[in-house]
Amino acid sequence: MNTIVLTKGVPDFREGQVSFDEDGHLERGKTPTVMNPNDKHALRAALQTKVRHGGTVSLMSMGPPGYAEILREGMEDVYAEELYLLSDREMGAADTWATSMTISTGIEHLEEPPDLIFAGFKTADGETGHTGPQTEWCLSISDSLPDYPLISHVVAIDIDEDERVVRTKRLVEGDVSEIETVETELPAFIVADPEFEPTYRRAEYRLRHKELREETRTRAAEFGEYLDDDTDSDPTDWENFHMWGHEYLNLDPDFIGLDGSPTIVAGVDPIPKAPSEREATVVEADDGEGMENVFEELAPYAGGD
Amino acid sequence: MTDEYEHFEAVVVGAGPGGAAAAATLAEQGVETLVLERGVDAGSKNVSGGLIYAEKSASYTIDSVFDGFREEASERPVSEYYIHNLAGGKVKTLDLSTIHHHDTEWCDAVLRRKMDSWLAERVHEKCSETGGGLLTDVRVNGLLREDGDIVGVTCDEIDPIRADVILAADGVNSELAREAGLMDWDDPDEWFQGVKAVVDMDPDAIDERFGVDPDDGVAHLFSGDLFEGVRGGGFLYTNEDSLSIGTVFHLDSLAERRAEPHELLDALLTHPLLDRWLDGEYEEREYAAKLVPDSKKAANPSPHRGRLLLVGDAAGQMQAQGPIIKGMNHAVTAGGLAAEAFIEARTRGDTDVAGDLYERKLVDEGVMAKLRPRRYRMTRRLSENRLATKVAGCLVDSLLGRTGMKLLDGVVERAFNSPFLLGMVPDTRTSYVTVPRVLGETLGERIEAENDIEPPDLADRIGGLTYDVGDPHIELLDESHEASGTAVTACPVSAEDFGGGCYRSETVERNGDTRQVVSLDTQPCVECGTCAVVADTHWEHPAGGNGVEFRDG
Ligand SMILES: Cc1cc2nc3c(=O)[nH]c(=O)nc-3n(C[C@H](O)[C@H](O)[C@H](O)COP(=O)(O)OP(=O)(O)OC[C@H]3O[C@@H](n4cnc5c(N)ncnc54)[C@H](O)[C@@H]3O)c2cc1C
Ligand code: SF4
Repeated sequence: MNTIVLTKGVPDFREGQVSFDEDGHLERGKTPTVMNPNDKHALRAALQTKVRHGGTVSLMSMGPPGYAEILREGMEDVYAEELYLLSDREMGAADTWATSMTISTGIEHLEEPPDLIFAGFKTADGETGHTGPQTEWCLSISDSLPDYPLISHVVAIDIDEDERVVRTKRLVEGDVSEIETVETELPAFIVADPEFEPTYRRAEYRLRHKELREETRTRAAEFGEYLDDDTDSDPTDWENFHMWGHEYLNLDPDFIGLDGSPTIVAGVDPIPKAPSEREATVVEADDGEGMENVFEELAPYAGGD
Repeated sequence: MTDEYEHFEAVVVGAGPGGAAAAATLAEQGVETLVLERGVDAGSKNVSGGLIYAEKSASYTIDSVFDGFREEASERPVSEYYIHNLAGGKVKTLDLSTIHHHDTEWCDAVLRRKMDSWLAERVHEKCSETGGGLLTDVRVNGLLREDGDIVGVTCDEIDPIRADVILAADGVNSELAREAGLMDWDDPDEWFQGVKAVVDMDPDAIDERFGVDPDDGVAHLFSGDLFEGVRGGGFLYTNEDSLSIGTVFHLDSLAERRAEPHELLDALLTHPLLDRWLDGEYEEREYAAKLVPDSKKAANPSPHRGRLLLVGDAAGQMQAQGPIIKGMNHAVTAGGLAAEAFIEARTRGDTDVAGDLYERKLVDEGVMAKLRPRRYRMTRRLSENRLATKVAGCLVDSLLGRTGMKLLDGVVERAFNSPFLLGMVPDTRTSYVTVPRVLGETLGERIEAENDIEPPDLADRIGGLTYDVGDPHIELLDESHEASGTAVTACPVSAEDFGGGCYRSETVERNGDTRQVVSLDTQPCVECGTCAVVADTHWEHPAGGNGVEFRDG
């Protein structure tokens, strides 16, 4: 069961990591780039497939050469054996459309078409949720690949290898959240929901999982050595890392990157800080009168009336 | 999808010293072995004092099973051993090195998180080679039966597993022993409660204040008038860069006296004698507690049923030899013997006889004789009789007794150092409270120091622990004060007039009359097992990976 996971680097939006300029614009250069958090769920889904059914897990991204570090992170945090980075100047500033074109072409160039393609549910920077479905559409018009029916919002996966069927549970959020069971034949394209939970109900799975965790850490550390600034070796020297440019992929520069992106961003409005509606008074603990006022303010709540 | 249950030759439940020794021994003989541990990491649920002994007479010791144990998994070796009898501001110190070294190959202090997780790595390696391995975060919740026979285990996190042998090394409060009807949790008389604080201390300060070399350590024991008459005592062991300071009390005495375990621990920590080591500094790293079985009463002479063999605390194999606590070493020996029994049974082609072989080995290898000394069984009836206790107490307390002690100074030390005598020490106030007190008073030296350290209160202690709270794992069956009120004081993370603990006393008014009841919130629970015995509960461990996580243990 061979799978590939699509991922992207995004600014690290965790508290304390993000830098904004005076106008409230994100300072990309000062904000570290990390693997899109939602993609980890996709990787966990791929790992479950590997643990329960064997095969290989690949991780693919499009972005600048520095994204090699993102791929390494994905490898270390969850699991991946082969890393693919689609990268050159012509691919820069792509919207979701151009990205999907590029990624689907990347998938065409894999040695064998994967049984399952996994993507995370929308990226933390673009928040569009388009890339997964658009890539699936691009694949569907590809001559060299089979059809990949798309199932999104997947929270659980069960595969019947003999029947070559994947049975999934989808989280459908509306006024009430519902779980829907959707089944399709392999191969398939699966978008993992942030609520995705792998299930390992057999000891053999958990033992295999543990073994793979150790293996993958060793492998990520090995790749880390290639990425180290101090070494002369190029990341592409590493046998499990593949960097492909537009020429290798035989892609027309007019259809990828900025030139191939129909989306135009008209402008970005910074979200103004919400004005504080409450006034704050600072009271020192040794200010007797002040403290009394505090108690008076609080008293009604304490009494419950 | 397969509907067939998985099968392993051996399933070991629990990765404490007992489970680790059993699994390693099995795996080395090529038995396909799966170890299931409920903690996020082996050791994350475990607490001991702890001094681990390697007895000369034992057929398995931790370093005979695990190469490099002492270098990598333990703290300081403990070569000196003292007991301090405290009374009225005086102390009489006895050197118990003779009994400490009796039958002892070596003895090291340990911290359980470090020790057990180190063991678990070795165990996993060995078991992997047999097609098994060690899994954490999995709680076994019952026995798999077929036509009434035990054929495997059921778990919270994974589907049932079949096995030719199940070694339950799941510690004190073994749910498997209970389910098999091999142990009940009814009688407080069969248990001790241990409470412990791990205290930060710079290695150089330890060397200097305890007068030990950097690769040497010491044990200090405490008894006398500092514990409000509760039967039991205190301990202090030196680790590499910390101290383990704690108390061990008979649960029935603790319950009866309505004592608060954390206050008894504080009584020890703030005792003037401890100033010589703490020197006004106190940084508590961790507060922990757990029940400890008393093998004299709880060791099951026939710890097996069908394919199920009990090992270590689960079988009550925890020996209190006077002040010396030996649980880990016996768990290791029993683990080795249980594994050996299964391997022999397998060679004979009849794995069903493993239990009987194990039972015989426990006797032949002298384990049972240590756990349930005949001398104790013979003297118990007489000496634990209340009247006899009173008479003995008065006698020791009398002028005659005191003069006797004075005359016997020196002999007293020898008596304490006799394994023969310690084996029959009765569990009475005379041995735990009166004798030490009178010793302190009549022979002791005055303690001049003052100890003004302030241990953290219960709220801070709970706040300092790590929890991954899941569903409540204890159900209060009878909330009346009569049935469950004792838990409010005896629970080490609860107290009268403290709202942040597990058990709380409440007064409810219903139809005009007021009633004292007890309420339970398992969130701050440290899974010590106390309320399983002293209150009316349905008590289980939390699901795998949930509940408290000890960092030192
Ligand atoms: C304060 C204190 C001081 C002590 N001092 C000493 C001392 O100085 N020297 C000494 O030798 N002994 C001492 N002991 C006793 C000693 O800790 C025990 O006797 C010893 O740990 C028993 O080992 P064991 O392998 O039987 O069980 P444990 O070490 O308790 O291991 C049981 C394991 O099983 C796991 N488990 C339990 N239930 C399940 C389940 N349902 N599913 C999966 N896993 C499960 C637990 O998480 C745990 O890892 C002390 C105890 C205490 C509390
Ligand atoms: S609730 Fe029970 S098991 Fe938990 S800490 Fe208190 S006495 Fe121990």
